Amino acid sequence: MTELFNTALTPWEWTQLISFYGIAALMIVAALMVVTLRNIFHSALGLAAVALGAAAIYLMLDAEFLAFVQILVYVGAVVTLIAFMVMLTQRASHGKLVRQSNDQKTISFIVVLSLFALLIWKIPTTVWNTTVSTGNLADAKTLGTAFLKEYIMPFEVISIVLLVALIGAIVLARREPK
Amino acid sequence: MNVIQSFPYIYPELILVAGGLLLVLLDLFISNKRLLGYGAIAVLLLSLLPMNPYTHGAEIFNGMLIIDRFSCFFKIFTVLVMSLIILISQDYKSLMEKYRGEYYSLLVFLAFGMMLMASAANLLMLQLSIELVSLTSYLLVAFNKKDARSSEAALKYYLVGVIASSIMLYGMTYLYGLTGSLSFHDIFSYFRDGTADSVVILVFMLMIMAGLGFKIAMVPFHWWVPDAYEGAPTPITAFLSVGSKAVGFAVLYRTFMMVFPAFYSDWSSLLGVLAIVTMTLGNIVAVSQHNLKRLLAYSSIAHAGYILVGVAIGYTNWAQEAILTYLLTYYLMNLGAFIILIIVSNTLNSDELEDYSGLAQRAPGLAACFALFLLSLTGVPPLAGFFGKYYIFAAAIEAGNSNPFSYWMAVAIAINSVIAAYYYFRVIRQMYLVEPEDMGVIRQPLTLKLALGLMVFFTVTLSLYLSPVAEFIRQTSSMLTWY
Repeated sequence: MTELFNTALTPWEWTQLISFYGIAALMIVAALMVVTLRNIFHSALGLAAVALGAAAIYLMLDAEFLAFVQILVYVGAVVTLIAFMVMLTQRASHGKLVRQSNDQKTISFIVVLSLFALLIWKIPTTVWNTTVSTGNLADAKTLGTAFLKEYIMPFEVISIVLLVALIGAIVLARREPK
Repeated sequence: MNVIQSFPYIYPELILVAGGLLLVLLDLFISNKRLLGYGAIAVLLLSLLPMNPYTHGAEIFNGMLIIDRFSCFFKIFTVLVMSLIILISQDYKSLMEKYRGEYYSLLVFLAFGMMLMASAANLLMLQLSIELVSLTSYLLVAFNKKDARSSEAALKYYLVGVIASSIMLYGMTYLYGLTGSLSFHDIFSYFRDGTADSVVILVFMLMIMAGLGFKIAMVPFHWWVPDAYEGAPTPITAFLSVGSKAVGFAVLYRTFMMVFPAFYSDWSSLLGVLAIVTMTLGNIVAVSQHNLKRLLAYSSIAHAGYILVGVAIGYTNWAQEAILTYLLTYYLMNLGAFIILIIVSNTLNSDELEDYSGLAQRAPGLAACFALFLLSLTGVPPLAGFFGKYYIFAAAIEAGNSNPFSYWMAVAIAINSVIAAYYYFRVIRQMYLVEPEDMGVIRQPLTLKLALGLMVFFTVTLSLYLSPVAEFIRQTSSMLTWY
C-alpha cells in the first residue's frame, strides 16, 4: 500500500484503481449475502451481483467479449434458472426455512479462520506470476481459436458432462405414476 | 502433440463416447433393456482393442492428457470393473426397468470419465474428468427412485462432493496464479526452479489433497461413505468402492508424483500418517456394524488406507507395483462380496447381518463363496488378497527410511489385519454357526452366477499365475517423473 501512494498515478490510473476496489468490495459483500442470507431467492440475487462484478472486472481488463458472455451466461441463464427452480420448489417446502445447525461448527470455524489468516498473511508477500498482456488476448477470435486448438479436449468433454447431467436430471425429475 | 496427431491415442475413449451415444439412441427403439446391457459390455470390451499396454509415453492434445503405461493399466482396469458392474446389474431387482437404458449408457460415459482421469495431465482436464465421474456417480446413487434412502444417499454424497471439489478448485486457482500455467509439466518446472514460499504451496497442496481424498474415501474426507454406500443401488456401491476409488488413486498418485516432487518429504509423511489413521478408523468402526453394506463401506475405507501406504512411499518401483497389485486383488474380492450381497438382497430384500444367519444351510455354495471373499479380504494365503497385502507390506519395509513412517505403516498394516479378521470372521460365524430362521430358496440368476464364478476363480487361482501377472504389472508401471 505504501508504494502505491508514493508513485505518482495519472488520473486515469486513479480511476481504474478506485473502480477496481469499489467493484471488489461490492463483490465481497454480495458473496457474503449468498452464503449468509436465509432466503434462497435473495442468495440467488447475490450470486447475480457477484457475476455482474466479475463481468465488470473483465471489462476493466479489456476483455469485452468475455464480459458480455459472462453476463449472458451467468446472470442471464444460470441465476435465472436458479430463480425458476426456487419458485417451482417453493411449494414443496411450504415456505418454511429450516435453520441449519452443525455439530462441528466450532471445529470448522477454527479451520476456516486459520486458513483465512494464513492466506491474508502470506498472499501479499508471495510473488505471483503476473504478465503484462500485449494485444487483445480475450477477443472472440482468440477465444474461439483457443477452444478449437489448445482446449479442444476439455471443450468436448464438457459437452459429455452436460449430456450426462441432462440424462440424469430427466430420469430423476420425472414424475412416477403411483 | 497437436490435435490431429493426438487422435490415434484416444481411440478407446472415442469408442466409449460413440458407444454411449449409440446406446442412448437405441434405448428409444429397443424394449428389451437386457440387450442394451450386453451392448454396453460389448462397447467396453471393444475399447480394449486399440489399447497398447506397452506404449511409450505420449503427451497429447497439447499436454492435456498423458498416454503412458500407468494410464493404460487403469484403462484396462476401468473396462474390467465397468463390464462386471453392468453384468451384475442385469439381474439386480431394485432398479426400475424403464430406466435401465439410461443406466447402462451412464455407466459407459462413466467409464469414459474414468479413462480421462487416469491420463489427465492438466489441472483443467483433471477437474473436468473428476467432475464427469462424480456427477455421474451422484446420479447413479440416486437411481433407485422408489427408495427414499437412495435419494438421501445421493444428496449427502453430492453435498460433500461439491464442497471437496470446490476446495480443490480453490487450490488450483492459487496454483495457477503462482505458476501461470495449468499444465502439470509447467507447474513441476516452476517448483523445481524453486522460488516460491513453500508454506503457501503446502496449503494449496492440501486443498488439492482434500478434493482427491474425497474420491478415495481418505480420512478425514470419508464421512459420506457409509450413508452413500448403504443407500445406493448395490452395483453402484460396488462401483464406488472399487472403480471410483481406483481412478481416485491413479489421479492422486500421478498428481503428487508429477507435480509436487519438490515437496516429497512433506506430502509423503502427511499421507503416511493419514494412511495409518484411515486404515485404523475404518477397521475399528467396521467392528460395530450390523448392516453388511455399511460393514463393507468401512472395510473399504480401511483398504483405502492400505493402498495409501503405497502412495505415501511414492518413488519406488515396489510402491507402484504394490498399488496396482492391491487394486487388482481388491477388485476381485470386493466385487465378489458385493455380488453375494446382490444375490441375497434380491430374495431377502435386506443387507442386515442377522438375515445372513445360517446361509450355509440355505445356500451352501453362496456361503462358501462369501467366506472365500471374506478370507481373501482378511489376507489369508493363498487367496488373492494375501498378495495385495504382501506387496504393500513389502513396499513399506523396503522403503526403509525414505519415508519417516514406513516402519510404522508396516506395523499398522499388521495390527489392522487382525482387527479386520475379527469382523470378517463374525460374518462367517453368522453364516455357518447360527441356525437359519427360515429355509426359503435363494434365487441365483445366471448372470450373477457367471460373475460370481469369474471372481471366485480368479481369487482362488491368482497364486498359480502370479508371476505373469506380476510381470505384466512390472511392465506397465512406469515411473511418473519428468526425467
